[in-house]
Amino acid sequence: MPAINALLRRIPIWAIYLAGAAIPVWLLALGLTGGLGPDPVKELEHRLGRHALQLLLAGLAVTPLLRFAGLNLMRFRRALGVVAFGYLSLHLLVWAVLDVQLDWPAIWKDIAERPYITVGMAGFALLLPLAATSNDSSLRRMGAAAWRRLHRLVYIAVPLGALHYVMSAKTWELEPILYLAAAAGLVALRLPILARARRSAPGATR
Amino acid sequence: MSNDRPAPMTLADVTPPEAFFNRRAFLAAGAAAASIGAAAPARANPEPVLDVVESPFSTDERPNSFLDITTYNNFYEFGTDKGDPARHAHRLTTQPWSIEVTGLVERPGTYSFEEITEGVTLEERIYRFRCVEAWSMVIPWVGFPLSTFLEKVGVRPEARHVAFETLYRPDEMIGQRRRIIDWPYVEGLRLDEAMHPLTILATGVYRQPMPNVNGAPIRLVVPWKYGFKSIKSIVRISLTEWEPVTTWNQQAPQEYGYYANVNPNVDHPRWSQATERRIGAGLFARREPTLMFNGYADEVAHLYEGMDLTRYY
Repeated sequence: MPAINALLRRIPIWAIYLAGAAIPVWLLALGLTGGLGPDPVKELEHRLGRHALQLLLAGLAVTPLLRFAGLNLMRFRRALGVVAFGYLSLHLLVWAVLDVQLDWPAIWKDIAERPYITVGMAGFALLLPLAATSNDSSLRRMGAAAWRRLHRLVYIAVPLGALHYVMSAKTWELEPILYLAAAAGLVALRLPILARARRSAPGATR
Repeated sequence: MSNDRPAPMTLADVTPPEAFFNRRAFLAAGAAAASIGAAAPARANPEPVLDVVESPFSTDERPNSFLDITTYNNFYEFGTDKGDPARHAHRLTTQPWSIEVTGLVERPGTYSFEEITEGVTLEERIYRFRCVEAWSMVIPWVGFPLSTFLEKVGVRPEARHVAFETLYRPDEMIGQRRRIIDWPYVEGLRLDEAMHPLTILATGVYRQPMPNVNGAPIRLVVPWKYGFKSIKSIVRISLTEWEPVTTWNQQAPQEYGYYANVNPNVDHPRWSQATERRIGAGLFARREPTLMFNGYADEVAHLYEGMDLTRYY
């Protein structure tokens, strides 16, 4: 594990941002050339949403991976969150512009009256202050304790996002349920009772 | 005329559509992967093999490509993703095939696919197709009126509804191995809807025998209703006095009604039905307004006179 961690330390953070930016460009190119199939709007919308959830789950897995496996991905956590937020913004943009096509009454009605959209939008709204404070100067200005307290909103936002995915399906489909289970599991690891047990467990990192 | 052709084409006479699809999908994937600037994948439609007569019921809108029609399917028997049927439907064997006709009919029994289509004039019906999920296509079906078949089996006067059932064969229909819905898929129509000249039993698409992904070898098409009413791969038809149970209505009664007529004024609880996205129109195509009864109001509106369509959705 120390060898892997040493290797990981050599990967520059900007590589995450670069790869993160390349994927939407690639998806757009696919969409323009028929590579996203007969319904490119839905496919683009869904893939962006799924990728955002994957990155958010990866971000939530960073601390448990360090605690339980000694794998240190802490340097990448902010980049994972920022790229995930970027994908969510694009997911919303594709929905509003290409799917609903800026039909504002329809958009407000969707947000207010369609529970799966209400839930998804709530998750996104909770992530807004986190994205706005994902920089060193905000961290300094707020102080570490307040900053950390604010960023606990992610424990609510990510399960809401996964719930939005489950609710958007016509039946109980396996894939969204696995995302929701992963989100619930990763958040449960933060519950005080489990956190305390973990701290007192022999062999715990700290 | 299709009746006096020497020997009817059968499924065995042509390249299986699934083989056709695989080749196309391969080409499409290759084109997409090769370069970003490449043109859209080849969209040539297959050469016609079925002898058909044209129908005055056909729309003059441009049909979707064969590729769109055979790679974007809701056919949960093969999986819930729209690409799943194209991946898995080749496993389905459709020969031999028969439909069991039961209930309030004069001549109940098991009718083979050959008996059902023997002496029947196949028509091309280019219909608008509107999914309950707010997307649409234009599809050149091949088929014949359901009423032709119902007259053949003889409807008893007490009959009021027609119930349909899809094949249940999890060995070949791998989506049926999980109980995401209560298999087998069942649907139904009121008798007057079933006897309407727009309602057809379809045995082909694009003058090809029905591809497996579209519900081979024989399916229902009711163009003024949401797509889920047009049940695929039919193995049982039953004439009943009472409204039969239907799959999506049973699954989520507040979302899917028995009638399921296309209606832009009655929203699905989770999305608006006022507009639709035409499949195949690309990333930047405008949504189109959804038409009452999917544009077939002149032909079918009288069937629902005096009914509250917000209640009987």
